[in-house]
Amino acid sequence: MEIKKTSLNKLHQSNNAKFVEFAGYEMPIQYSKGIIEEHKFTRSHSGIFDVSHMGQLFIYGNESLTEELEKIFPLDLKNLKQNCSKYSFLMNEDAGIYDDLIITKIEEGYLIILNAACKDKDFEILSNLLDSKFKMNLDNTRSLIAIQGPKSVEILNSIVNGVDQLNFMTGNWFDSDNQKLFVTRSGYTGEDGFEISISNDKAEKFVENLIKKGAQLIGLGARDTLRLEAGLCLYGHELDINKTPVEANLRWAISKSRLSNGGFIGSKKIMNQMQDGASQIRVGIKPEGRLIAREKTKIFDDTDTQIGEITSGTFGPSVNGPIAMGYVNKEFSKVDTKILLEVRGKKHPANVCALPFYKKNYVKGVN
Amino acid sequence: MSEVKFSKEHEWITLEGDVATIGITKHATEMLGDIVFAELPEKGSNVEKDGTAGVVESTKAASDVYTPVSGEVVDTNQAIVDDPSKINEDPEGSAWFFKLKMKDQSEMDSLMNKEEYDKFAKESAS
Repeated sequence: MEIKKTSLNKLHQSNNAKFVEFAGYEMPIQYSKGIIEEHKFTRSHSGIFDVSHMGQLFIYGNESLTEELEKIFPLDLKNLKQNCSKYSFLMNEDAGIYDDLIITKIEEGYLIILNAACKDKDFEILSNLLDSKFKMNLDNTRSLIAIQGPKSVEILNSIVNGVDQLNFMTGNWFDSDNQKLFVTRSGYTGEDGFEISISNDKAEKFVENLIKKGAQLIGLGARDTLRLEAGLCLYGHELDINKTPVEANLRWAISKSRLSNGGFIGSKKIMNQMQDGASQIRVGIKPEGRLIAREKTKIFDDTDTQIGEITSGTFGPSVNGPIAMGYVNKEFSKVDTKILLEVRGKKHPANVCALPFYKKNYVKGVN
Repeated sequence: MSEVKFSKEHEWITLEGDVATIGITKHATEMLGDIVFAELPEKGSNVEKDGTAGVVESTKAASDVYTPVSGEVVDTNQAIVDDPSKINEDPEGSAWFFKLKMKDQSEMDSLMNKEEYDKFAKESAS
């Protein structure tokens, strides 16, 4: 199968991107400055991320659509205001996660942002569940651009006036340069920032304007170190079909009002796990010293019994040390629990720690 | 000091008397990206030609460091363990990895000179 390219591919090339294949797309892993500088630039200034490989699913409908979606997602969608977003999951009957996603209520229905590797399957699952009663469009005519970091609001607002009035996890349509953009205040770095849905033919010029205003392109490499420092899950690593939201320590994302009556796919398992607890749970892990424990590293207790596994591990440039997330047996999930990580045949000490590793800087009270 | 020689695993080596100094090449650091962790062999240990003698990790992945010759480790560069970013800054100078007392100096003969290595690196990168 031919590798897919986003509308910014040429711009990546002219900015000396190193490319990798990700979910069937040719995506920039880094540019000439490298992951650490890109990471730090995002934290101190403003980084631009091409996330056009992600799915933008528009589902059109009114109250009856809301009712149908409540049978699928563990959310109180009836009380979700227009232009407000929620983090959620598409699950199977056992509460195993097909995908994690952001769903936003828009005037015409809902916009759901899906992971690139999952989007086609998600579309199929949702089409079947909704029984083709609603118009669905997995829109590949639009690109998705994220701009993240403390200077992003100023930079984006100078091009798209009014985005500074958005609160975290809200969005709206904006007009800019005779085009309609859907902008949400959200992201995947722990910083204040925005995601902009824009038609493919306008995306390159739009990003060039952001660069002129002082933002810089950032690759998937830094996107990964940024999200890991922020304690955010990556599908295929922390989350998959064998993990539930409770095990992933994401019970905050399940609307309280939905827990008493259930009625969404996977609700039985979720309600049971909420009561009895899950046997394994996602935690933050801080290795002692500088050693990096990567994905699939086995976790042991001091009696040589395996108690878990790392799902993501790297060097955190802002933390200036190694960081990881993984699953451990419940009894080892308390903060400050001593654990051992087996790296290259030797066991190294580490501690279970609170997430995030790096304090989030979301903007919640602008209006 | 001898001419700098290079291995196919992207290490460089110089010889002074019977003590070889070994590090990784600039080309290697460019391929690895930002190096954030370095592990070196223990002083006093013996390493064998083409065997592993350390590890470097970038933000992306871990890579073994090989020794292009055999010998006893007589010194290691603690500065790059304390601050691995030094490896990206000066890989073929102050950021050497370890020094070996060589047993058999003829092991140097099969290694590449600068011109040969540059050609090799260019070909292996493309």
